[in-house]
Amino acid sequence: MAQMKNRTRIVEKKHEVVGSLKTLGTDIYNQLDKGIFPTINMPSRSTENITYDPSIRQFVLGEKVVSRSARNIRHVKPFTQLAWAAMFSNELTTKKKTSTLRDVYYSAQAYEMTFTDQQESNNIITDLETITGFSREDFNIFPEERSAIFGDLTIEYTVPGYEGKALNLTSHPDGVLIGPALTSAEFVSTNADKVIAIEKGALFTRFIEENVHNKHKSLLISCGGQAPRQSRAFIRRLHDELNLPVYIFTDGDPWGMHIAQVIISGSANAAHLRELNTPDAIWSGVWATDIVDYKLPSDPLDEVDIKRLYELQKDPRYQNDPLWQREIKMFLKIKRKAEQEAFSRYGLTYIVDEYLPRKLKETK
Amino acid sequence: MAQATFEEISASDFFYRNRDIAGFTNPSRAIFAAIREIVENSLDAAESQKIPPDIYVRLSFESEASKDTQIYKLRVEDNGCGIQPRFIPSAFGQVLYGSKYKLKQMRGTFGLGGKMAVLYGQVTTHQAAYVTSSTGQAKIYSFKLMMDIQHNRPIILDRKVLINKENWRGTIVEFALEGDYLRAMPKILEYFKQTAMVNPYANLTFVDPKGRLYKFTRVTSEMPEPPKETLPHPYGVDVELLQRLIMVTTSTNMLDFLKHHFHRVGEITAQKFLIFSGLNYASCPEHGRLLPDEINWVGSRLYCSRCNKEAQFSPSKNPKKLSHEEIVKLMQNLKKFKDFLPPDASCLSPLGEALLRAGIEKELNPEYLVVHQRKPSTYAGHPFIVEMGIAYGGGVPKTGAFVIYRFANKIPLLYDEASDVSYRVIGSMNWRRYKVSPEMPIAIMVHICSTKVPYKTVGKEFIADRAEVRREVANELREVARQLGHFLTRREHVDKEKKRLTIFAKYLPKIAQFSAMLAGKERIPDIEKLLKSVQKYGADEE
Repeated sequence: MAQMKNRTRIVEKKHEVVGSLKTLGTDIYNQLDKGIFPTINMPSRSTENITYDPSIRQFVLGEKVVSRSARNIRHVKPFTQLAWAAMFSNELTTKKKTSTLRDVYYSAQAYEMTFTDQQESNNIITDLETITGFSREDFNIFPEERSAIFGDLTIEYTVPGYEGKALNLTSHPDGVLIGPALTSAEFVSTNADKVIAIEKGALFTRFIEENVHNKHKSLLISCGGQAPRQSRAFIRRLHDELNLPVYIFTDGDPWGMHIAQVIISGSANAAHLRELNTPDAIWSGVWATDIVDYKLPSDPLDEVDIKRLYELQKDPRYQNDPLWQREIKMFLKIKRKAEQEAFSRYGLTYIVDEYLPRKLKETK
Repeated sequence: MAQATFEEISASDFFYRNRDIAGFTNPSRAIFAAIREIVENSLDAAESQKIPPDIYVRLSFESEASKDTQIYKLRVEDNGCGIQPRFIPSAFGQVLYGSKYKLKQMRGTFGLGGKMAVLYGQVTTHQAAYVTSSTGQAKIYSFKLMMDIQHNRPIILDRKVLINKENWRGTIVEFALEGDYLRAMPKILEYFKQTAMVNPYANLTFVDPKGRLYKFTRVTSEMPEPPKETLPHPYGVDVELLQRLIMVTTSTNMLDFLKHHFHRVGEITAQKFLIFSGLNYASCPEHGRLLPDEINWVGSRLYCSRCNKEAQFSPSKNPKKLSHEEIVKLMQNLKKFKDFLPPDASCLSPLGEALLRAGIEKELNPEYLVVHQRKPSTYAGHPFIVEMGIAYGGGVPKTGAFVIYRFANKIPLLYDEASDVSYRVIGSMNWRRYKVSPEMPIAIMVHICSTKVPYKTVGKEFIADRAEVRREVANELREVARQLGHFLTRREHVDKEKKRLTIFAKYLPKIAQFSAMLAGKERIPDIEKLLKSVQKYGADEE
C-alpha cells in the first residue's frame, strides 16, 4: 500500500494559486498608484506561437508576448474583465467556493461587468490561466462535463463541510464523479497498482461489474469521450503522487487514438498550461493491429476518418513513438475501425478475461 | 351655317370663368386661398410702413351649403397703412386694380388675389362684402360693396363715415364665402405656422369655426427694410421694353438714356458700355479714334493711354433715332457687357439672416441651425435674392425625407412641392458629400424674393425652374449644407470622444477597485490623473 508523502500538496498549491493572483493584482495596483496606465504582458496564444516541446512531451507557448494596456481603448474593457476575473477567482479560492464557466458569465453582471457572450468570458478565463500558469480548475472554476472514477483509493476531502472526511472510491458502484470536491481531495491510501482510463462509460460499467479493479488492482476512470481537463489533471496526480502507471483503452479508430494522445501529450488549446497531461501514460488499445490480430468485427473507415489519420500522421505528438506511426499506417492499410464493444463477439467477459490482461502485459 | 359670335368679356368676368388659375379650384382650396390672399394684403399693408403687423383672422360658421360645404364668414383685421377712402371700392371690387404695378418686392403680384376672394365669396353666397379702413386720420370709412362682375366695377351699397377717436389705423375686411374648412384645415394651419416662421415680427391670430384659437406671437419687432421702387436692370431688358422706354424717354442722347432708365448705370458705366457696344468712341487730339483698351479712365474723364492727353467722347446718339436693328443689337450688347454692377437689394426686402434665424428658431426650435443669404442676382433683368436656412434636430420632425419650407416674397408655398425648383435642386444634390442623409431630422427653408417671383401659375404655388434661379438656389444650398456637414462631422467627432471618455471613465475605476481587492489594499488608487490624460483630444470640443 502506497503511503502518501504529499499530504499538504493540495494546500501548498492553493497558496501558490492565491499568490499568483495577488501578484497580478499588486502589479496592476502599483502601476495605477504610480499614475501610469497598467499593462499586462502574457505569452501569445496565437497558433504560430504554439510549438511542441518533445522534451516535456506537450505543446508549449513560444517567446511571443502580447501586451494588454488599459491605455488602449480597445483593451480597457478586456483588461477590466481580466482584473475582475482575477478578483473573482481570488474570492472563490479563498472562500473555497466553486463555480462554472457559465456562472462566471453571470457573476460578472453583479459587478456591472458585462460580457457580450459566454465565449468572451471563457476567453478572459483563458487569459487568466495564461498569465498565472494555473488552470481554471485551480481557481475553482469548473466546466460542466464530469467523468468518473472507481477503485480502491481512499481520499480525504478538503472542501468546506467535508474537511477531513474520508471516502473509499469503491463506495459507489456507478463510480464517483471527478468534480471539484474530488480533485481538491488529498490521497490517503490505495491498493491499486495501475490506472485504467476507458473511453466509454458502458465499458467502464462492464469493468466494474467484472471486478477488474480487484482482478487487476486498478483504479478505473471513465473519460466519457475526450477527457475533461480536470480528469486529465486528476490522472496526472494519480500518476505523480501515487506513482501509478496509466493505461488507456479507447475505440480502435483515429478518434479514440487521439483521446489517448491528449491524455498523454495534452492539447494545443492548453499549451499555456502544465500538468494537464501524463506523458508516461500508455495507449493500450484498441489498436489497428488488434483489429487484425483478434479478428474483431469492424467497419470501414470513412473519408473523414482517413483525412484525420493523415492529419495525425503529421502531428508532432505522433512523431516520437514508433507505436503511433505503426498504428496509423495499419489503419490506413486495413481501412477498418472497431469499437471497444466489438469484443463482445467472443462473449461478454472475453475483453476482461483475455484481451485486457494480454494488453496490459504487452504494453507494460 | 352657324355664325361665330364674338363678345368682349371683362377682366372680372374672365377670372370668374377661370377661377382655377387663381387657386380657387374647389371649396377646400378656395377657403385656403381666400384667407391667404387677404392676410397677405394685410401683411403688405403693415410692412410698407414698417409697422410690425398685428393680424386677426376669424372664420365663423354661418350655415350649411351642401353635403360637403358650408357658408363661412371670414373677417380679417390688420393694423396696416389703411386705404384712402376713394380707393376702397376699387381696391376690393375691381379685378386687376391695385397698388402693385411698380417694380418692387411685394407679396401680391397680380393685384388679383384679394379681389378674387371677394368675387368668389359673392358668387357662392350672393352677399355683400364689408370693408372698413382708416389711414389713422380723423375718420374711419366703412363700405358695403358688391362687384359688377360683367363690367368689372364695384357697386357701393352703403358708405359710412365714423369719427376716429382712438386714432385707429388699419383695414377690416369681412365677407361670406362657401368652403370646406374641415378639409382645408391642415393646410390653413400649416399656412399660419409657416407665415409666422417667415414673418417673425408679426402677431398672427386665427380663430377657426370651432372657436379654437391659434396664436403666433412675434419674437422681434425688428423688421426688414421696406423695398424701394427700382428701374429695370440692363441685363434683364428685352426689345419690347427697350422700345417702350425709348418711346417715353425725354433723354435726347444715349448717355442720359442709359443713366435715367436703368438700374445702377451711372456716367462711367454708361460711357464704358457705349464704347463697348460701338455706339460711341473716344478720340485723342494726337492719335485720333482710340480702341477701347487704349483709353484710361480717371473718374468720368478719358485719357489716351499713349500720350496721356484727354480724349474726347464722341457725341452720343439720340435714342429715338435708333433703328430697329440697332435696338436689337443694343439689347444683345446689354446682356454681353460684363461691367454692369449687379442690382442692389434696395428694391428687395429679404428677411435677412437674423430674422430668418429668429423665425425658424421660433417655430422649429432646432438643435442646430445655419442661415445664409446670397448676394442679389438677376434673372431676365429682375433682381432676386435667395435666402436659406437648414435646421437639424430639436423640433424638426424625422419623416424619412427632408422637410422643405418654400417661401417667395415672405409667403409660404404649400402646394405642388415636387414641381418647385428648390425641391428639384434639393433632390438632385449629392448629400453624402455633406454627411447628410434623408433619415436625419432636417428641415430646409428656401426664401426667394424678387421684384417678380418666377411663379409658374397665377395661384402662386411653385417657382419655375429657371437656370439663373436654379443656380442660385443650388449654390446657396451648397453653402448651408457645407456648414451643416461641418457641424455633423464635428458632432460625430465629439460623440466619438465622449464615447471614448465614457469607456475609460467606466472601466478605470473598476480596474482600480478590483486590483485593490486583489492586492489586499484598503486604499483605492487615484485614477483621476489618468482620466484627465485621456481627455486631451476631447476637452476643447465640448
